[in-house]
Amino acid sequence: MNALYRDLQWLPRAPQDFSARVKALGNFLGPVGSEVQSLAQHGLDLNQLTRLAKAIARLRDEGKSLDPLVSFRLAVLSNSTIDMIVPALVASAARHGIALEVIQPSYDQVAQEALTPDSIVNRAKPDGVLIALDYRALPLKLVPGDAEASAAMVDGAIGYLHALRDGIRANSTAVCIFQSFAPPAEALFGSLDRVLPGTLRHVLDSINRALASSIAGTGDVLLDVAALAETVGLADWHNPQLWNLGKFAFSDELIPLYADHVARIVGALRGKSRKALILDLDNTVWGGVIGDDGLEGIELAQGDARGEAHLAVQRIALDLRQRGIVLAVSSKNTDEVAREPFLKHPEMLLKLEHIAVFQANWNDKATNIQAIAEELSLGLDALVFLDDNPVERGLVRKLLPQVAVPELPEEPAFYARTLAAAGYFEAVAFAGEDLKRAGFYQDNARRATLQKQAGGVDAYLASLDMTITFQPFDATGRARIVQLINKSNQYNLTTRRYTEPEVVEAENAPDVFTLQVRLADIFGDNGKISVVICRPTPPNEGEPATWEIDTWLMSCRVLGRRVEQMVLRELLEHAHRAGIERLAGTYLPTDRNALVVDHYAKLGFTKIGEDSSGITRWELMVEGSSHDPAPMKVVSTGFQSGEKQALV
Amino acid sequence: MLDFDQTPAFPPGFFIMDETEIYAKLSEVFESVFDEDSIQLTPALTAKDVDGWDSLTHIRLLLTVERSFKVKFSTTEIGKLENVGSLVALIKKKLEEKP
Repeated sequence: MNALYRDLQWLPRAPQDFSARVKALGNFLGPVGSEVQSLAQHGLDLNQLTRLAKAIARLRDEGKSLDPLVSFRLAVLSNSTIDMIVPALVASAARHGIALEVIQPSYDQVAQEALTPDSIVNRAKPDGVLIALDYRALPLKLVPGDAEASAAMVDGAIGYLHALRDGIRANSTAVCIFQSFAPPAEALFGSLDRVLPGTLRHVLDSINRALASSIAGTGDVLLDVAALAETVGLADWHNPQLWNLGKFAFSDELIPLYADHVARIVGALRGKSRKALILDLDNTVWGGVIGDDGLEGIELAQGDARGEAHLAVQRIALDLRQRGIVLAVSSKNTDEVAREPFLKHPEMLLKLEHIAVFQANWNDKATNIQAIAEELSLGLDALVFLDDNPVERGLVRKLLPQVAVPELPEEPAFYARTLAAAGYFEAVAFAGEDLKRAGFYQDNARRATLQKQAGGVDAYLASLDMTITFQPFDATGRARIVQLINKSNQYNLTTRRYTEPEVVEAENAPDVFTLQVRLADIFGDNGKISVVICRPTPPNEGEPATWEIDTWLMSCRVLGRRVEQMVLRELLEHAHRAGIERLAGTYLPTDRNALVVDHYAKLGFTKIGEDSSGITRWELMVEGSSHDPAPMKVVSTGFQSGEKQALV
Repeated sequence: MLDFDQTPAFPPGFFIMDETEIYAKLSEVFESVFDEDSIQLTPALTAKDVDGWDSLTHIRLLLTVERSFKVKFSTTEIGKLENVGSLVALIKKKLEEKP
C-alpha cells in the first residue's frame, strides 16, 4: 500500500511525548483548542486519533472551550460500522480547525433517519449530514448486457439518494455530503466490465457520474471516495475479512486517510481551506542553488530527470494559481540573484507576474512568511509553505504553527504529488471570482521590506541539537573540499578557486592552517559545510605573528545557525596554540557575495583598510577575543596537538 | 578473524520472540489501544476483566496486534480466541510459521 497516502506522510510524525501531551490537555494553560490542533497536525494512526478524540470528548464534558476551533455538528448515516471511524473524524477535524461533534444514529438506519422528522439526526439539527454509503447499501443486481435494466438500476439508486437528501432538507438545514461509490476489486468478465452495461463496475461508474452531475450547483457536496479508493488501490481499500468480521466498509489502515478527507470537506465548508502557497526557490522550484550554480547550473530543463521534477512543482503551483490560489516566494537569497531565473531562464514556467509577494533576503523564513501574510492581508492559517529543507520547515512550524508546512520526501519527483495529496486547497465549489482571486491579491501586494527579526530563533537553534565537527583537511574530505572551494559563491569571502593539487599542497604544508567543518542536527548530517584556509604572513620585525585568512566559505544551507561564530572560536583557539597573535581577513567583493560584506564586522573584527573597488581588510587580535558559544556540541579532531602549528 | 563460512547456522527459530518478549510487546499494544498503562496481562485475562474492551475495541486490538507483530490472523483463529493466553499462543504460532 502506498505509504504517502496511508500514513499521511505530508504530516510530521507524532512526537515522542504525544500521549503525555494528550493526557495533559485537561490541565493545559492557554487556549486548549490550539494545543488540540497542534497535536492533530501529525500523521496519527488510528489508535492515536482515538486517544485524541477521547481527550477532546473529556474537554467537552468538562465544559472547556475549544476555541479557536470552529464548531461543526456532523451526522453520519451509514450502512457499515462507523464506530472506529467516528473518533478518527473528530481528531482529524481538529487538524483542519474544526471542533467536530458527530451525531451517530443506530447502525444501518439510513432511510429511517433521513426521512423521519423526529429522528435522532433530524432532531439534532446538524450542520451537515455525511451519507457514508458503500456500494453494498444499494439494491444492485447483476444484469450483464441489459442496458435498459442497467439504466433503471442507476436511476433507482440516484432516486434513493435524492430521497434521502429531500428528507434531510425537509427536516433540517444541514448540507448533505454524498460519497461516490468505490467499486469492488473483483471483476466479473475482466476488462469488459467497464464496457458492458449491467456489470457492477459499469453500474457504479454510471451512478458516480450521475450523482456528481446531480450535486453540481445544489449546495450539497461530494466526497469522492471512489477517487480516494482508486488512488490507494481498490484491493487495499476493500478488505473482505473486515467486512465479514464487523461490517467495516474499508480497510482500517485507511481510516486516517478517509477521516482526513472528510475533515477537509468540513473545513472547506467552514472556510478553513488554505488560500496561498509560499514557495522556497533553491532545490524546490529548481534543482540546485542559484547563487552557487548560476543560471546555467540550476537544473530546470525538460529532458533532465531532476529538472522535470522541479518543473512539476512549478506546474502544480501554476495550476493552483489558475484556480485562485495566491503564490508567493520566500527564499534565502540576494533579491536580484533570486529573480534572475524568473527573468532569464527559458524553461521557467513561473514568471514574476505570477508571484504576488517575492521575498528574497537573508532573514529567517518565519519572519518573511509573517511579512507575506501581512502583505496579502491573509491569516497565517491561510498559508502553505513548501520547502525542501527540513530545518526551514521545522523553524516555520515551531514559530508559526498556524502555517501548513508539508513534509517532503528525499526524491523531488514526489514533491508535487505530496503537495497535492495533502489537500490544503480543498474546495467545495468553484466560482468565477476564484479565477480572479490570485490577481486581486497581487494588485494589492507591495513588496515588503523586512527589518524586524522574529524572536524565538535562539530557542529553536538549541532544539536542533547541533554537533559541529572541526578537522584539518585530509584525504577523505578532499573531493568535497575542492568542490566547495570551486562552487561556493555567496558565503565566500574571497572566492579563491583552487585545484585539487593546490588543496593537497595546503593540506601538506606545515605552516598552513586548514579547517573543514561538518554540521549535524536532529534532521541528519548536513555534511561538510564550511572550509577555512589560513596562511602565515612572512614575519616582519616588530609586527605581531599573523594568520591571513586566505579562504573562508560556508554553504548557505546552514545560514543563520551561528556556524561562523563557532568557526571563529575554533580558529582563535588554534591560533592561540600556534602562538599567533593576530588574524587578518579580507573581503573581496564579487557580484555574488554581497551576503558576507559585513561578515568580519559581525564577528568583531576591526576594519583596517578599504579601497575603491570595495575590497575591505580586517583584523582581530587573538588575545582578549572571546566569543559566546552557539548552542551546539563541538568536536575537534585530527589536529596534531600543536605539532604542525609549532613549526610556524 | 571470523571465518564466516565456518560459522554454524543459527538453529531455526533462534530469532523468534519467546513468550516473555511477546507479553512485553503485547503490553505496549494494549496500552496504545486502551490508552491505559495499568492493565496487567495474564494468560487468564479476558475482555470482561478490562473496562472498554467491547467488540469494536477487540477488533481494533487485533488489528493493532497484527500490525505490531507483522502477522495476519484468519477469521477462524480470531473466533477461537478465549483470553490473553490463547492470543499469545496464536501470536507465537504465527511467528514460528513465518518464513
